[in-house]
Parts: sequence; C-alpha cells; structure tokens
Amino acid sequence: MELILEGILKAIALLVSLDPEVLGITSLSLKISGTATLISLFLGVSTGTVVALTRFPGRKLVVSLINTGMGLPPVVVGLFVTIFLWRNGPLGFLQILYTPGAIILAQAIIATPIISGISLAAMQNLPANLRLQILALGATRLQMTWLLIREARLPLLAAVMAGFGGIISEVGASIMVGGNIKGYSRVLTTATVMETGRGNFDVAIALSAILLLLAFLINYLLTRIQQRERPR
Amino acid sequence: MTAAGPLLQVRNIVVKRGGITVLDIPDFRIERGEVLSLLGPNGSGKSTLLLTLSSLLKLHQGKLIFKGREIDSRRSELEYRRQIAVVFQDPLLLDATVLDNVASGLKIRGMEKTDRLRIAAEYLERLGIAHLAKRSASKLSGGEAKRTSIARAFATRPTILFLDEPFSALDPPTREALISDLTRILRETDTTAAIATHDQMEALRLSDRMAVIQQGKIAQAGSAEEVMNHPVNEFVASFVGMETVLTGRVLENHNQNRMMIAVGDREIEAVGNFPSGEQVLCCIRPENVTLSTDSPEEHSSARNNFSGRIVRISPHGLFYRVDLDCGFELISYITRISLDSLALREGRKVKASFKATAVHVIRKST
Repeated sequence: MELILEGILKAIALLVSLDPEVLGITSLSLKISGTATLISLFLGVSTGTVVALTRFPGRKLVVSLINTGMGLPPVVVGLFVTIFLWRNGPLGFLQILYTPGAIILAQAIIATPIISGISLAAMQNLPANLRLQILALGATRLQMTWLLIREARLPLLAAVMAGFGGIISEVGASIMVGGNIKGYSRVLTTATVMETGRGNFDVAIALSAILLLLAFLINYLLTRIQQRERPR
Repeated sequence: MTAAGPLLQVRNIVVKRGGITVLDIPDFRIERGEVLSLLGPNGSGKSTLLLTLSSLLKLHQGKLIFKGREIDSRRSELEYRRQIAVVFQDPLLLDATVLDNVASGLKIRGMEKTDRLRIAAEYLERLGIAHLAKRSASKLSGGEAKRTSIARAFATRPTILFLDEPFSALDPPTREALISDLTRILRETDTTAAIATHDQMEALRLSDRMAVIQQGKIAQAGSAEEVMNHPVNEFVASFVGMETVLTGRVLENHNQNRMMIAVGDREIEAVGNFPSGEQVLCCIRPENVTLSTDSPEEHSSARNNFSGRIVRISPHGLFYRVDLDCGFELISYITRISLDSLALREGRKVKASFKATAVHVIRKST
C-alpha cells in the first residue's frame, strides 16, 4: 500500500514540477502519434468515403477487410514493419528502423483501418437520399463528396480520435520498431513498460496518469459528439 | 427554336430495379408554367418518375429532353440540374443554419456570399421562416424543416420544381398553411412544378393537370377536371374518389346520347353512347348522390331515383359517408346538418337520387 501511495505522491511531484524527461517523452509521443493520425486521417477518410459511395465487385470483401483491420494486433504490425525495415528487408534502404519515423509508419498502419472503418460507417449512416438531394442542388460529384464529408464531420472527428486513442496507448509496435531509445524514440507507453520493469513506479505512475488523462479527454469529446443530433 | 414545344419531355423511358421494370412511360410532357400532379398510391412509381424527371436516376432505356435538347451526358445532366430543384419527402437539410441551408444551392452554383444570403433571406421571408434564419437545422420542427427545404428549392429560381409528397407527415393545420403558401408562391413566381402525391384533394387544389400512375405506367393524364370526372378505368375512378363503381350492361341506347344500363335487377340512366349489350362500369361520385326521406320522384329532377336502406353511416372528414343498399351498393356523402335534419340512422329507408350526367360510364376491360 505504501509503495502505491509513495509512487502516486512522487508522480504528482514529477508532474507539478514539470519534470523535463516526462515532458520530453509526452511531447515526443504527441508528435509521433499526431503525425501518424494525420497520415491515417488522409488515407482512412479517403478509403472510407470511396468504399461508402461506390459499388464495385468485391466491395463486401473490402469492407470485411477494413473491419478486420480495425482490430489489428499492434505486435503483428510491429513484427511486419520490423521485417520490412530490416537492413536487408524490402524497405531496408530507407534505414528508418529504430527511429521515430518507424513508429509513425507502424502507428499509421494501425490507425488507418480504424479511421477507414469509422468513416465508412459514418458516411453510410447519412440519410440515403442526401446524396441525391445534394446532386439535385446542382452539385458536381466533387462538390457532393466534399459536402457529404462535411455532413459526416462529427463522426469523422470521432474516427480521428479513436485512431489517435488507439495508437497513443499502443506499446507493442512502438517498442519493436522504435527501440525505446532515450530522448529519441521513447514514448509514453514504452517508457512506462521500462520504468515499471526497473521498479521506478513513481515515473511509471506519472506517465500512466498522462495517458489516462489523454484517454479521458478523447472519450469525453467522443461522448459529446455522439450525443449531438443531425438535422431531419 | 427552344421556345416552342414542351419544357420537359420523356420518350420511351424504362427504369428497372433488381431486374424488375418499375417505370415504363412511352411519352410524357411537362409544359411551361403548369403545375402538374403525379397522383398514385404508395409504390405506384410516382417518386421514381420524379427522380427520373430530375435526372437523378439511371435510365435503362429512353430519353429525357429539356427545352428541346436531350440530356445525355454528365455535363448536360449537371446543366439541367442547375435549372431545376427537387424537394424530397424528407427535408434532407445540411448540418448548418437555416439561412445557410437555403443559400446552399446558390453556393454550389458559385454565387457570391452577399448575393446568395440576400436571396436566401428573401425566400425565408416568403415562406414565413425569417425568424429561424440563424437557427441550426438540427433544431427545427417537422413543419419548419419542410419550409426550409422548400425555401432552399425556390431560392435557386428553378425552371422546374419537383416536389415529392411535400405535405406528408405534417399535422393538419401545418399542412393547410403550407399548401396555401406553396400555391401562392408558385403563382407569384410563375414556376413550373411537378408534385408527386397520393392525395387527390392535394392534387386538385394545387395543380392544373394530373397524371395518375398505376404500377409504373401512366394510367391517365389530363386536366384536373377531366381526370376527376372522366376517369378512363376502374383504378383511376376509385383513386380519384368515385366511391361507387358498378358493373352493368347497356340495355338500349335509345336516343342520341342517353342509355339505360342494367345493374343487377335495377336500371340506371346515364349519358353516353355505348352499343347495346356492352359490359360497362358506372362510376358515381358520392357528393353527387342526394338523399331524402320524401316519397320518390316528389322533388327530384334527377333521372335516377332509388329506394334504399342505410347500411352504415361513418364520419369522413367534414362529411358523413352513408353506405346504401339500393339493390346495388351506393355511397353518398352528406353534411352533419343534413344527417340531423333527415334524422338518418342505420337501417332506415331513404330515397337516393343522382342525375344521368353524374354517372360516368367506362367500357369494362376484359
């Protein structure tokens, strides 16, 4: 009990004193996961929109693959990214294994299907005739697509947050492809794993508290969005 | 060249859904300045026809011709859609303010912000919803949302306005107010319009011309008066409110335009020129059948007078529907005052009269 209490007190002290190492790790985590989310946002919303608005042979298979991808195990992604980026792997020439770039790549692979899947559902949940109504207003195909994305902007924001939430708290891939190098590729989750292993519970608790705070913020915003109504 | 001829014309169109033909129309026209009703029951294909006329549906066959030019490419479709407007059954508003919704069609056309907001504000005013301009579309009542979607359609100043069941799902006072406002704005703006509805009274109030749709085909098209009083078949007759439809046989065609028709063991006199022996349908509007409790032939100038027994009296909007057994089934609508003054009740014997001209005769299809 004392151990936990002491850990929490020390963690508070670390947070309040704005410990440079904790801040550094947090800032790097936000940068890496933020960049990966931006990449996934572009890829995921495009894929989701195209699959939602078009009909083609094998569409159901694509939808199933996207939905399966939403639950992609990070360690599996980590393994394959490691293999691809390995010195003599297909993308070995990039020489980015054990760099933040490798983590961004792995996290983007994890987040893209999450954002695609939620975008797809969001676009499909718009009223069936809305597309026709927008065309009837004189819109070109491009204007229609843009307006539909705008109409689904709140669920799309939810998709972004779900993607970000999924990767900021992910550890398996980050540790495998980033290597947890101090001050370079050490992020909130990998640092927590390491500090716990070393018995530095105060730092681990401080890092966890930041993760929990992020998770809370994301879920709070998601709930607010989900409870908003669409026009008739 | 483009001034003459119909504003919009369809030729030999066939629309299929899941391999089944849902629309099959050889020729149909919308003329400049007219208000046309597409009348039909649910599932008859009137909404499909409306979507087809607005080029929102893929044709499996046939042509859509606007101002003499065929709409046959994406470019011509877009040009056409920028000259029309469609009001769907659901308001389908965008997640924005009422003002921005009404201006959205103009924004899509690339109109400058100050101009489009000025025009949008004008149509909000016309539809009596100016006070809602800044409100979010997600916070509107059903009637307000409908008005917003109608204002959005008018704001683009369409050459043709298509409306799909514009008054469905509205409570009676809201509906009444919207019908009279729409009639006024259509007249003020001289807009050509096509309105899909299943309600004959709506169609009668709004339109110059009617087209009755039956299973994806146009059963009859013509002036409102013509369709209401001279339906071409039993389906149209019952759909436009000819409550009594009796099967009979022409007995004799005694002078120029009068004939006697046997209906069971009774005889009905009607106007028309069908050969003796012909199987026909006699259609009678309920408001043309008068009831009295006097002895027969006393006051009535009508040629058809029958004694009958009241089978059922049921309220029907502002009227009462009286079902009679006169040896054949006859339906009459009367007012509450008449019901009381004649002291009508179920089981009572009454006299029913209708003029020979009130009987619309159709050849019975075999």
